[in-house]
This record gives sequence, structure tokens and C-alpha cells, in this order.
Amino acid sequence: MHNSDKFKIPVGPQHPALKEPESFSLALKGEKIMGVDIRLGYNHRGIEKACEERTYIQDIYLIERICGICSHSHSTCFIQAVEEIAGVSVPKRALYIRTLIAELERIHSHLLWLGVAGHEIGFDTLLMYSWRDREIVMDILALLTGNRVNYGINTIGGVRRDISEEEKQEILKGINILEERTKYYIEVATEETTIIKRLSGVGVLNYDDTLRLDAVGPTARASGVQRDVRKDDPYAAYSEMDFNVITDNHGDVYGRTVVRVKELMESYQIVRQCIKNMPDGPIVVKVPRKIPAGEALSRYEAPRGEDVHYVKSNGTEKPERVKVRAPTLANIQAVKHMLKDRYLADMPIVVAAIDPCFSCTDRLIAVKNSNNKNNHTMTWEALHAYSIAWYKARGIDFAGLNKNLKKRLEGS
Amino acid sequence: MIEALFSILIFPGFLFVSIFGLIAEYIDRKLYARLQNRVGPPWFQTFADFIKLLGKEDIVPCDATVRMFNSAPLFALTAATATFLYIPIWKAQNIFSFNGDIIMILYLLTIPTLAFFIGGWYSTSLFSRIGSVRGVTQLFAYEVPLFMAILSAALLADTWSLKEMMLFYTRHPAYCLFNLAGFAVSLVALLGKLEKAPFDIPEAETEIVAGAFTEYSGKRLALLKLTLDIEMVAGSALLVAVFFPFSLMFYPALGFVVFIIEVLAVIALLALLRTVVARLRIDQMIDFCWKYLVPFALFQLLLNIILKGVLYR
Repeated sequence: MHNSDKFKIPVGPQHPALKEPESFSLALKGEKIMGVDIRLGYNHRGIEKACEERTYIQDIYLIERICGICSHSHSTCFIQAVEEIAGVSVPKRALYIRTLIAELERIHSHLLWLGVAGHEIGFDTLLMYSWRDREIVMDILALLTGNRVNYGINTIGGVRRDISEEEKQEILKGINILEERTKYYIEVATEETTIIKRLSGVGVLNYDDTLRLDAVGPTARASGVQRDVRKDDPYAAYSEMDFNVITDNHGDVYGRTVVRVKELMESYQIVRQCIKNMPDGPIVVKVPRKIPAGEALSRYEAPRGEDVHYVKSNGTEKPERVKVRAPTLANIQAVKHMLKDRYLADMPIVVAAIDPCFSCTDRLIAVKNSNNKNNHTMTWEALHAYSIAWYKARGIDFAGLNKNLKKRLEGS
Repeated sequence: MIEALFSILIFPGFLFVSIFGLIAEYIDRKLYARLQNRVGPPWFQTFADFIKLLGKEDIVPCDATVRMFNSAPLFALTAATATFLYIPIWKAQNIFSFNGDIIMILYLLTIPTLAFFIGGWYSTSLFSRIGSVRGVTQLFAYEVPLFMAILSAALLADTWSLKEMMLFYTRHPAYCLFNLAGFAVSLVALLGKLEKAPFDIPEAETEIVAGAFTEYSGKRLALLKLTLDIEMVAGSALLVAVFFPFSLMFYPALGFVVFIIEVLAVIALLALLRTVVARLRIDQMIDFCWKYLVPFALFQLLLNIILKGVLYR
């Protein structure tokens, strides 16, 4: 710092601005950001690989745990692909219930985002208020599915729980309160001076860059790109819903905030339509455990943007390949662009504005250096043997660990 | 001699001001929480936090300049406590009072900020350094309007002694109304001094962790936190003494109560202000101070110069 006028500041993997471990290395000149280095991969859990080891039914619950916020998005996206391969036609009532849960999830996700955004710009009051109101929708979700997150309502061929008339009334009651509160938030976000000062002109992404960097979801819509899978490629019951795709021309963090709070209002309308037009009938059809060979790609508009799942089946009860492209992966490149020439103080809100979910995004990245002669692929067994040898060389012996453990358990 | 020691160490010195500071922090936090629709801490929370921190491990970073790192919290605490000694609470016969002490008080109030800068800078962490540089940058923005607002009140009273000033306003309580613009300016500037929202830029937790305090832990952090509390009390007490010195009108015991209530009211105002705003950026903060606060303070100064001409004729 003494010698050069540029210095690097590590934001992450552990930092108060980030809710999940991810590394942003900022090159600073004074308060100005000269360059950003983003490194993903701190949260890799190997879910795609684990899916191949489990049956389709088990996979639903695993896929649901990709993300804590948009759990329904991932499981619906996966199930749509499986149902397409199996050629199942899902009952209409089930599609309506999926849509209902999806919109409730969007409401909960956007309210959560509003609070996080408030916290990132040091406006904790907004955080406390919006999270308090978020409890209403969380309670509704708990009432409908039994859980506040990871609802577990999807199953191949339909949904697992029906919705009763009393539950419908509860939802409408909650939605009415939330609508009033959201109107207030729209007022706060568009009129409070310090919020506007911190948000407008920050993290600008213009129309062309949005297309070039392939941003999705509210991030793209805030730059005027009319891109919403619910309209472009309707799934579940969205083709029968009447709603607007909210766009905004600001292209900055302010625009993203406006898009999200206005989307909340649309979501309330969709929830009302779902409840009003929900047809009677069965909620699930029986699907054989073995899915015929084939492959399918499924798209879904998660609260954060377009979620893509690819499933390849081989005629057994386990998938051959599952590939997840979470919305954050599409948006993360745009962050680097948005942060250019901004101030350090803008960094938390710019990153938060894409509503990042790093654990959804993280993949194992293998760096292959073709010039390196030692570069070779290891089999699982070789890697296992190597790890045992590595620890042995350092005086730690894991080889007899299982045996010792068994002995001790039997002894006690 | 004994009386002096008593007033330095016990009342209204270190012991009293520490306890008052911790209570004030509790009131600030509780009010902030209630305004945000939260429950807030129980009454003993600030004391428990302080005692807990005293018992925690004290870590000094390898690269830190140990002497500076260790002495910064002590300097800050001493200066903040000393400020309070110069503020007459309920009697005009303050033993440390002299002509010009109002300059001294403002000077003493600046020392904690500089001590935080030194402590943050010498702890060598990047976050600390950015935080401490921000703290000093901010100092240049709020200090000028604060000084102008407070000194314009002194100008009207025609004295540099806080005691004389308080006596003057006690004789002419209505004159306090002329200084309302100055009070508003110094209230906002005090938010900057205390590093509270929207001016909590030097310790913006989502950007630079805890700013200058990042590397501090254990006893030193406890002292720093206590310094912030005492600074809050001393700053609010200064505002009360300059702008609303009504405590001298009453008998000592009642005057004391009035003074405490007034200080707590200022603290409540500060809590209210920081509830309704987002944190500004450092460039926006400096813009705000020079574009809005300084003209207001100048207006107050001009008003008092004119008033002085009118009233003393």
C-alpha cells in the first residue's frame, strides 16, 4: 500500500457482505474499483453426480436442496424434464398448485432480497420491516406444505398435497396484507432520498451488454430486456394466467429494485387467479419407477432468473446425467462488468442486486494445463490410495480407521 | 485536590460517565430496535457485553505497531471522558471552567476520531486502513459545520466560556430559539462524529467489516466501544449545554434530572434519525456536508452576528 497506488482487497470467501462463501478480489485505487477477480467454487457439493446415484424420486428431494430459497424452482424444473421424457401428462389441478407455490416462493424470495438489499446499503430498518412481512408468506407456505423452505410438494406426475377451501381463504387473507405492505415498499424504494442516492446510477448494465453477457431474470428485465420464461415458454399453468412482464429502463440497481417490487404485485395477481380458477380433479398420476431412455431440457423462471435443467435417462430408475444451470451462473459475469469504475461502497449492493445464490452456482472446475507433462486423470481408486498415502506421509493413518471404529463400537 | 480527584474519577468523571454511557447505549439500541419493530436488548445487555469483552482473548496482529495499537484506545477513552468534565451539568461553578473552554471541548471531542485513525492505521489490516482513512476524510466534512454552529451560539452569548454561555441563555431562555438551525446542523454533524447511519461509512460492515476496529478484540475493543458510548453522551451533553441549557434554572437535584432527560432526548433524536436513512457513500457524505450543512451553519452565523448587533444596541 505504501509503494503502489493500487492495492488488492479480499472480499470473501469470508466477509460480512456475503451470505455464502465466494471470493471477490478487488483491485482498489483509493475508493475506486479498478478490477475485479471473481472465483467460484467454494460451495461445491457434487449434487449433479449424487443425482446419478439415486432414483428419480430421491433426486427430487436432493435437487430441492440445491437452493434454500428457490427450492421449488429447482425441483419443478427437474420434474418437468423427467415428465417430458416419461411422456406423462400432469393433472391440471397439480399444475395450478405448482404455479401457486412457485408464486408464493417468488414473493418470499423477493421480500427476502429487498431486506438484504437494505442491509447492504446500511438501511437495516428496511431489512427488519420486509423480513417481518415475509413471515406472512412463510407461514402460508408452511400451512400449505408443512415446511417454510424445501416444501417437498412436487412428485413425478403431480403434487403430494391438495389445497383445501380454508387454506385458500388463509392465502387470500395473507396476500391482501402483503399487497398493502408492498405498496408501501414501492413508495419507500422510489421516494426515500438516501436509498435513491445509493441505488441509482450504480452497477449500470445497458441493453446491449445485457444481451452480450446473457443476464437473466430481474437483472435483465431491469435493463429493458423482455425476457421471462413464464411468458416466452409457458410451463405449469402460466399459459392460463394473466400477468405482465415487468421491465424497467434504468439498467442500474435502482431499476432492479423497482422490477422486483413491481413483480411482487404481479405475483399477488397470479396467486389470486390460481385460487380462483383452480380446477377440481386428481392431483397426481401414477408414473412407473423406470423412466424410458431419452433426454429433455427444461426451463423455469426462478425468482432470480431462468433456471435450466437437463436430464438424460437410460431406461433404469436412475438418471444417467443431470445438469443444472442456476440463474446466478448466467448473471455472475455481468457483475464484473457492473463493478468497473465504481466505488468500494457500491460493491455489496451490486453483488446483491443480481440476488446471487452461490451454492446453486458452484461447480467443480478442473484446470487443465496441456503444457504440463504431469497432467493426468486419476481414477477414484487411485485418488483414494493417493489420499491415504498423503496422510500416512504426515503421520496420520486412516487405513485402519473403519476397523478400529468397529472394534470400539463392539467393545462398548 | 481530593475534590478534583473525585470529580475526575467518580463524579462526573470516569465512573459516572461510563455507566451513563452504557445506559445511553442501551436506550439507543432499545429505541432503534423498537422503531424497527424488534424486541431489542434487555437493560443489562450493554453491561454484559462490556464485561464479556473484558474477559475475551486480546489479539494483536503480527504486523501491527504494538505501542500505537495499544495506546490508541486509551487516548480515545481519556479524551472522551475529559470532554464530559468540562460540561457544567447543574451548577455553574465547574472547577475546570475557564474562558475558552468551549474550544477545548471541541478539540477534545476530535481526539477520539484521530485515535481511531491511528489505531486502525497501525493495525495494518486493509479493512482497518480503509476504515480509518474514511474516518479522517469524514472528519473534515462534519467538523466545520459543527464548529460553526456551536461557535455561533457562543457568539450570541459573547463569551468563549461554556459556563458563561449557559448563564447567558439561562437569563434569556427565549434566545435559544434563534439557534434552532444551528442545533439541527450540529445534530446531523454529531451523527457523523459518532459514526452512525447515514454516516457510518468508516465502519460500514458490509464493505469493510468493522473499519478501524476490525483487528481489535478483548479489552481494547471493550475500551473502544466504551469510548463510542462516552462520545455519544459527551456530544449530546455538549449540544444540550450549548443549545438548551435549562438545567441551571432549577435547584441542583432537579437541574441534574432535567439535564439527564435532555441528554437522553438528544440521544433519542439521534436514534430516530439513524432509523430512517440508508448509509451514504463517502463522496456523497462530503457533498452533503459542504453543500447543505455548511450553508446552514453559515446562515446561523450570519443570523447571530446580525442579532448581536440588534440586541446589544
